[in-house]
Amino acid sequence: MSEIRTEPVTINLGPQHPSTHGVFRLRVTFDGEVVVDAEPVLGYLHRGSEKLAEGRTYVQCVTLTDRMDYLASMSNNLAYVSAIEKLAHIEVPERAQYIRVISVELQRIASHLMATGFLLNDLGALATPLMYCFRERERILDLFEMLCGARITLSYMRPGGVFQDAPEDFWPALDTFLRDMPGYIDELEGLITGNEIVLTRTRDVGILTDEMAINSSITGPMLRATGVEWDLRRANPYEIYESLDFDVPIGAIGDTFDRYLVRVQEMRESLRIIKQCVQRIPNGSVRTETPYFIRPPLGDVYSAIESPKGELGFYVVSDGGISPYRWHVRAPSFINLTVLRDMLIGWKMSDLIVIFGSIDIVLGEVDR
Amino acid sequence: MIANSMTKVLSGIEMGNMISDAIPGSVLDSNETDVWIGKDDLLRVSRYLRDEKQTDFSFLTSITAIDYIEYFELVYHLLSMRRNSSLIIKSRCYGRDEELSMPSLVEVWKGADYQEREVWDLMGIRFVDHPNLKRILLWEGFDGHPLRKDYLGQDEVTEDYRE
Amino acid sequence: MEIPLIGSLDFLSVQSLISSFFPDWMAYLIAGVLLSFMVINAMVISTALYTWFERRVIGRFHSRLGPNRWGPFGLFQPLADVVKLMTKEDTVPESADRMVFNVAPVILLTSTLLVVSVIPFGDNTFLGRLNVGAIFIIGITSVNTIAILAAGWASRNKYAMLGAMRGVAMLVSYEVPMALGITGVVLMVGSLSLYDIVLLQEIPFWIVQPMGFLVFMAAASAEMSRTPFDQIEAESELGAGYHTEYSGMKFAIFQLAEFMAPVVTAIVATVLFFGGDRGWDPVPGQIWFISKVFLIIFLLLWVRATWPRLRIDQIMAFAWKGLFLMSLINIFAVSLEIILLQDPVTGLLEPNDLWVMSAINWVITIATIACMVKIFGKRKWDRPMPKKSPLANMYAEGD
Repeated sequence: MSEIRTEPVTINLGPQHPSTHGVFRLRVTFDGEVVVDAEPVLGYLHRGSEKLAEGRTYVQCVTLTDRMDYLASMSNNLAYVSAIEKLAHIEVPERAQYIRVISVELQRIASHLMATGFLLNDLGALATPLMYCFRERERILDLFEMLCGARITLSYMRPGGVFQDAPEDFWPALDTFLRDMPGYIDELEGLITGNEIVLTRTRDVGILTDEMAINSSITGPMLRATGVEWDLRRANPYEIYESLDFDVPIGAIGDTFDRYLVRVQEMRESLRIIKQCVQRIPNGSVRTETPYFIRPPLGDVYSAIESPKGELGFYVVSDGGISPYRWHVRAPSFINLTVLRDMLIGWKMSDLIVIFGSIDIVLGEVDR
Repeated sequence: MIANSMTKVLSGIEMGNMISDAIPGSVLDSNETDVWIGKDDLLRVSRYLRDEKQTDFSFLTSITAIDYIEYFELVYHLLSMRRNSSLIIKSRCYGRDEELSMPSLVEVWKGADYQEREVWDLMGIRFVDHPNLKRILLWEGFDGHPLRKDYLGQDEVTEDYRE
Repeated sequence: MEIPLIGSLDFLSVQSLISSFFPDWMAYLIAGVLLSFMVINAMVISTALYTWFERRVIGRFHSRLGPNRWGPFGLFQPLADVVKLMTKEDTVPESADRMVFNVAPVILLTSTLLVVSVIPFGDNTFLGRLNVGAIFIIGITSVNTIAILAAGWASRNKYAMLGAMRGVAMLVSYEVPMALGITGVVLMVGSLSLYDIVLLQEIPFWIVQPMGFLVFMAAASAEMSRTPFDQIEAESELGAGYHTEYSGMKFAIFQLAEFMAPVVTAIVATVLFFGGDRGWDPVPGQIWFISKVFLIIFLLLWVRATWPRLRIDQIMAFAWKGLFLMSLINIFAVSLEIILLQDPVTGLLEPNDLWVMSAINWVITIATIACMVKIFGKRKWDRPMPKKSPLANMYAEGD
């Protein structure tokens, strides 16, 4: 019996699309319903941050870092200022380190809430889990507003500490948040983790093996979902993470469901970390005095932190002047996209959106 | 649980000695933090570093290209996840024309794929044997490589508008 | 108890009323036009109210307000939507097949509206007591498949065609369980007439045949393409499916038909499974009818607001492996029970027999669902324990 001749069709998941988490283009070739080839086209949000940084002073670059992964500003800030502190040998007072860790962990919760909400939006749950996640994220953004006056592009940290101390009413608000949040995470998990439809759509979908992940330089929850227990907060601790007690959740198979579950568990661990910090935080100054123009000595430094998306690193080369000579970002979302094509081939059209959503990229970081 | 350890930054001098024992003539220089590898041996050295049990650098953290006017320098940060140690490899590339080329490390670490495309896009260094060396952040048809120090922008140098 | 005017408003009585003034053939036409006008208006207005209701209720599910700007409680929001859609440019793609493109929304709307004509709202339906009401419903709802295919085909657009193809596959598959769900009810009543079905519901049939009710509701949800089966118009995937190329009033008609479907389905389900306008006396039958419709609409909305959607092949698997089996088991069980329990002389069932039947059917339903979950769903719930990969060791001390 002769077969009917079919033709693969190339469709553009264009830059403007409800599900691509930003301006991202994917040229997919389908054979019927199955993906045969997928080619990401990036660069729609490229603003030349690395070149811009060469014309700004070291402190001015902090605002550049906010706008990269705009959903996790605190993490970007921290990665950058810790690189400058390493380069210029600036000490950070202990109170500042505690406040930084609290901010970064709060930011991790906010970022994972958004990732979970949007993953479920892509699954088709008519924005109901998304609204619940956003409701909680609003509380975190209110806390940030108390800290520094902004909600999303924060620019809270400076080389040498944070730029202002937390106000008096921040701590009671944080305590209320810590008291209510575990209940909300449980409620969210109760709605989603056991849901038959979510399990059907995400179990065994988009599997990534650990060897493949390590070879493709994947980091973050995506790597941990494959079973590789690697977290920079444990492997190469920075700030005060050495003295904190928390676990690193890992996944079993590396499918979409594992990535979702790792993120939810990480949210719980972040709450643990914040609780410990609040108990132990000392009094003191929150910023060491640095000259207005920081002139680090000649040299280069690479410093990385564990941002909600993965390993966010900054490679800064200094020539002794007031601006960096070279400023490079190791963007986790950009590098996590390396495996996109291999993860998508062989799956169906609806899985494409789900797999892509589970990688959790932010276009600001991908394109810088 | 609170068990912590730091990533050991391997000494460049010791690693330089080890690499030049295995692949003679590849190490051009080394100091406490970095090892400079000649560009022709870069692929062999990378494969050696990845496969050798004692080093086991299975993870490529990042690739950076820097424009020091006389030469371009590529910096590779490597990481061994099993041993929790890291190393910095640098490699220089002389010239300023479009014929700058370096070997591509995609077959050793697949994570080099997009990063090398970005270096080609923004710095203009060609990677030999890269499976898909196209511009990634800028569009096809863009003229020039913006991150270079002598890049002037797409317009001519503008006159003072008050004139 | 009936509200007299509405209860006795059917075609024949209106025609006889008018024929005292006009010749017979004219009275026929005028009565038809008058009644259709009333029915269509009633349905369209209730659909408009339903869109408002849906948006408010889903807003509450999302812990936010729904539309609340236009009019008290946002009640004029549907009006605002209609005005917006009317003022949009009515585009037809250049390479589209004009006639089919224009006619497709009308087909969809017509097939959805026609179902209402055989529903017994009171003592009588609008078209008289059609004695094959159940088959009429099944047949007419099949026509919306053609409308969707026509819309996708005539648009000459890759996305629209993709959406239309999947839509047709899904809709055709789900007609089988829907028809079989209705068959269970028809078996018990012994007649296809919807009026008889309402008359014989001493106990509402959702209690007597829970599995039939579930099968019918699931299949009807899929026929209307509501979540969790709304793959064909999945907005967060490739475009908007079969109505990608439509804009302006044609799109408004598509939306009207899409939002009318749940109302119509709720009405049909009320008649078949909830007893139509039966209720207890002080409250008129029409109020009972409307409350039951309201309840079913709310249930459908609840499901829509809560669950994600299934993939197209999972939808098909659910239809053929899940619902088809369940409906067959239902028919088998109901037939057995009828044979065993019916009065040997008259062939009728007593209310006591209905209670016995419902008891047996509930047990069968729970057992069937438990078995199916075990067989089809077990694989998903087992999650292996996470094991650390040997490729990385965070606590190693370096070289």
